[in-house]
Amino acid sequence: MTRYSVFAIAKEALRFHQGWERAWRSPEPKKSYDVVIVGAGGHGLATAYYLGKNFGITNVAIIEKGWLGGGNTGRNTTIIRSNYLQDPSAAIYEKARSLYEGLSQDLNYNVMFSPRGLLMLAQTHHEVRGYLRTVHANMLQGVETSWIEPAKVKELVPIINIDGPRYPVLGALYQARGGTARHDAVAWGYARACSQMGMDIIQQCEVKGVTQENGQVTGVETTKGHIGTRKLAIVVAGHSGQVAEMAGFRLPVEAVALQALVSEPIKPCIDVVVMANTVHGYLSQSDKGELVIGGGTDGFNNFTQRGSFQHIEETLRALVETFPMISRLKMLRQWGGIVDMTGDRSPILSKTPLGNCFINCGWGTGGFKAIPGSGWAMAELVAKGEPGPLAAAFGMDRFREGRFIDESVAAGVAH
Amino acid sequence: MLTLECPYCGVKAEETELSPGYEAHLKRFGAGSSDDDYEAYMFARKNPKGVHFERWRHVYGCGKWFLAARDTATLEVFGTYPAQSKAPPEDLIARIKAKRPEWEGYK
Repeated sequence: MTRYSVFAIAKEALRFHQGWERAWRSPEPKKSYDVVIVGAGGHGLATAYYLGKNFGITNVAIIEKGWLGGGNTGRNTTIIRSNYLQDPSAAIYEKARSLYEGLSQDLNYNVMFSPRGLLMLAQTHHEVRGYLRTVHANMLQGVETSWIEPAKVKELVPIINIDGPRYPVLGALYQARGGTARHDAVAWGYARACSQMGMDIIQQCEVKGVTQENGQVTGVETTKGHIGTRKLAIVVAGHSGQVAEMAGFRLPVEAVALQALVSEPIKPCIDVVVMANTVHGYLSQSDKGELVIGGGTDGFNNFTQRGSFQHIEETLRALVETFPMISRLKMLRQWGGIVDMTGDRSPILSKTPLGNCFINCGWGTGGFKAIPGSGWAMAELVAKGEPGPLAAAFGMDRFREGRFIDESVAAGVAH
Repeated sequence: MLTLECPYCGVKAEETELSPGYEAHLKRFGAGSSDDDYEAYMFARKNPKGVHFERWRHVYGCGKWFLAARDTATLEVFGTYPAQSKAPPEDLIARIKAKRPEWEGYK
């Protein structure tokens, strides 16, 4: 496959761009594989990529019900940060953030990672204390964050109203190395790299059942027939519960809808990511000029990929209060995704009651930022059969043992 | 927007008047129960893509908790019933069966 480079562009320019190949193959499934990964979103593809890169396992199939990156990978607001409170979260999200820094070079695919800086506004005294605690925790964890005063917030974000009527800005938790990346490119880049290693990405192939023998997984029944496997990784986000049920176990997960929206494109007006958790909204500007906006989840089980209207209203109300200049902006598109929420708002990377079957789920509202770190940790779990240091704390048994990784306070809003 | 009829005050309440409370009819396992039962009671959820029995509270109305049957894949509401019910009422189950013949029934 052609390596993307300035020379490749020059060469193609001379022959009217007739020579570009498809970025990944679309083969029919083989009879069996060493590893089958269910779900070709960011996390599934990253798992496959690091299985090949770190462990030399390339006889791998990635099965996708819809199309590649068409679920939450293509529906999030592309924010990347690692300013978490608890040690296990900070470790895995910081691993992901640091992998994002070199990802374009690593994959030979421009994922447009933009470390433009990220602010989490503190708008109550409770939040000030909470974020100061996070800054101190991050210092011990080796995650670079800082506390900044309102004047500095105004300097970084000239369009912000720091003397809001309800919640004036009292400061912010600032992660200068946080930012955004192009979400589709992350999925496409991983897919291309996986395909190049000889892995099979099989789209429009839905898993209908999991076959097992003596408590060990033997394969999956799909709409394209039976595919045998020695190891199975379930990485399907919103539908984790459904696939887990086929494998014979139940998850501590509930699926709810999370919405996002973008405005009409305008001239550059904000070059950082701003999250306002008290009033429930966050905002950044895409390269096209659209303001990318997200808010909170609906509170009921939902598989429809559409959410409740009042949450959009709530989010926009909050953002108009924080950024008065956007009050007359028209919104262009709105959509929803199905997120899998665990009780402690932390993900699950775990062995399961079924032998050689592993699960990666529960990323809830914040999975995109974790894609490289999650894939890295999941690949180790699948390859060795035991979790490595990044995944160890995220086992499913933590609920039984009361070892929660309580991030609901640290996040507070969908992220 | 979801509309659920409160079985207590009879108001057809829209979503903004209500507060969701997730899965209904959980059997409580407290002190003295096995670890498996306690863990399942605390954390494991059915989370079905389809017919779901769940709790709601008429928070900006009469304030009472009630139960509802709803399809999580279409957002269709099949009916609501009082929170004191140990299991979904027979007539509600029959109505759901009529609309969803492939449904495996209440388990």
